[in-house]
Amino acid sequence: MWHGLLGHASGGLMSIQGRRGIRVALPYLLPSLLGALLFAILPIIISLLLSVTNWSGMSRIRLTDGFLKFVAEHFVGLENTKAILADSEFWRALSHNLYFVVLYLPLMLVLSMICALIINAPNRGANVYRVVYYLPVLTSWVAGSLIWKWLLSPVYGPINNFLAIIGIEGPLWLQSEVWAMPSIVLASIWKDMGFYAMILLGGLKSINTEYYEAARIDGASKAQMFARITLPLLSSVLFYVSMLSMINAFQLFPQVMVMTKDGNAGPNGATMVMVERIYKYAFRYGKMGYAAAYSWILFVIIMAFTYIQKRGEKRWVNYDV
Amino acid sequence: MKTTRNVLSLALVLVLVLLPAFSAGTKEAAQGTVTLKLEQFSGSEATLSGEALRGMIAEFEKQNPTIKVELQTIGYDDYFTQLQSKVVGGNAADVFELNYENFVAYASEGALADVTKLLGDTSGFNKTALDAFNYQGVQYGVPNSFSNVVLFYNKALFDQANLAYPTSDWTWKDVEVASKKIMSLGKNIWGFYRPLTFHEFYKGAAQNGGSLMNAERTAFTVNLPQNIEAVSIMAGWQNDSKIMPTDADMAGMGDWDLFKSGRLGMLVTGIWAFGDFTANCPFEWDIAIEPGNVQKATHFFSNSYVVSETSKHPAEAAKLAVFLAGSKEAAKLRVEASWELPPVTYPEIIDSYLSITPPENREAVFASLDYLVTPPVSIQQAEMQAIIESYLGQILSGKQSAKAALDACQKELEAKISL
Repeated sequence: MWHGLLGHASGGLMSIQGRRGIRVALPYLLPSLLGALLFAILPIIISLLLSVTNWSGMSRIRLTDGFLKFVAEHFVGLENTKAILADSEFWRALSHNLYFVVLYLPLMLVLSMICALIINAPNRGANVYRVVYYLPVLTSWVAGSLIWKWLLSPVYGPINNFLAIIGIEGPLWLQSEVWAMPSIVLASIWKDMGFYAMILLGGLKSINTEYYEAARIDGASKAQMFARITLPLLSSVLFYVSMLSMINAFQLFPQVMVMTKDGNAGPNGATMVMVERIYKYAFRYGKMGYAAAYSWILFVIIMAFTYIQKRGEKRWVNYDV
Repeated sequence: MKTTRNVLSLALVLVLVLLPAFSAGTKEAAQGTVTLKLEQFSGSEATLSGEALRGMIAEFEKQNPTIKVELQTIGYDDYFTQLQSKVVGGNAADVFELNYENFVAYASEGALADVTKLLGDTSGFNKTALDAFNYQGVQYGVPNSFSNVVLFYNKALFDQANLAYPTSDWTWKDVEVASKKIMSLGKNIWGFYRPLTFHEFYKGAAQNGGSLMNAERTAFTVNLPQNIEAVSIMAGWQNDSKIMPTDADMAGMGDWDLFKSGRLGMLVTGIWAFGDFTANCPFEWDIAIEPGNVQKATHFFSNSYVVSETSKHPAEAAKLAVFLAGSKEAAKLRVEASWELPPVTYPEIIDSYLSITPPENREAVFASLDYLVTPPVSIQQAEMQAIIESYLGQILSGKQSAKAALDACQKELEAKISL
């Protein structure tokens, strides 16, 4: 009865507004829906199917002709997943991803917050700053990586030359096992800072200025206002930024491929990360099924981290703007 | 109802527009002519070799007026990634180039057409090179070039150091002694360069009497004592005797550039450097057979033209492959451009190859062929090489001893690579 009631109510609503709405909206949505279907949903389904096969990625297959039969013939079940999890290389790549997140996330949050505050301050140059901070976001990763490769070059690079002037012998950066990952973090922050600063700026702009006026009348200092008003009211945006940047951090790829030695995944594998492994297995080592399973493992890991963050949301996010 | 019909017709239009994009295969040109796609990585557009290749194609089209050739050259670094997606999609070029190491993987996956019966007369080909592209009794391609690696040396530096030039009797010991004398000429001058890569390692192992696989290629033998000794000596060139610059010393400079700048005494590299060094070395240089330790061993590199299994015109494609790889006309152009060795036995071609200088000691190229060792090959070639190189890196950086690293390497290869 309960079910019947619900079904009736929702069905009735659908028939009056929903169905007609869809009918009107569909022609407009179709082009992008078709795009999403062909280039996102279909590949996702295919990769799931491939992840249980031993397909090399070097022989021909057709979606329209016996694809499911192909999957059945090359079916290996969860062998790929088991082999990946049993390989110490996977845990090494994962630990490198986590190391990247640990370095990147806090630094990113602090620096993009500072950028947002600079732009938000009532000064004349705000628009100039806004452009300057955002420029790296618009730069392609390949171009950006090449610039950083040059900046960090141990002998010819300006960074080490500058360090030499003030009497510090700069590290080998990308050629050093210890410094390769921090170098990647540096370049990544340069690239992403502007983007997250813009999102934070949006959050700052939406805070009602009356709070600050009231605080000023009560004699609050700038630091107090930041800690008691800005941060709490910005917490939802900060949460969004940290979640987004963490997901991005797990998908770390182009900068690693361009900046560090490709064949060995950096000096002695120091920048071996998950997406880099997926790419190598899929397109270099002829193990497409294995690579597909690898990417699903990465998906599960990102889901898990996002879930944990989401659980933490209730504790520290304040939505009463 | 009307909107439903609109939706359906719009969907139909979109499907019709998109469908052709997914249908595979090349479009046919006008009746009678066949257009063949040719893709390759050797011979970049801007150099002499690119010019030679265009000359070969023009000659082929002249002799076969009904066949047109569309050439696309793709850099080596990206070549195999794009090739893979084309093969999977069924859009591989009719004729494409493969190196020896990748040939086995593609042949075993059934991506190549059997050209045994389409090749015609193959008596002009060098037999070793031709047989390299025979997989399980089936000829899947023809060698278009082969090449080896020799010892290049800077005559000017040897003269300055009052040293006798390297000969075919030299061993690693002689290289070390000469390198030290050359390095005493000044700061930033280096004696020797031979990086510890997969290719140098398998050859170095052979030069020390070892090998990475057993003779039947059914098992890995990476941690043989001879291999361990070889790898220790090779790593020592950078770490102990320091006759060879490290990556940090090179600071992003390539080995060829270092040689051309006149600051490197000896370089082990491929004969495909002839053209570049002839044009860009402001000093005299020559070559010698590469020194070994207990015995000599030299590289065998070969590239081939293969015909795609999806080609609609396998006969014409095979004809093109044979012409570019083995015809006298093509071989002549290849020799004139100093573009590796044509895999042919025509005496006049060989003579004209030998008559070009520098290097004066060009005979060393052919003398080196007596010591060829073919690389270990597996269907999982790239993965195997990456595993071996990761352990070589451990040894170079001093993280693991040569023995520990090669023992671990042997274990990982046995677990991951099927032979």
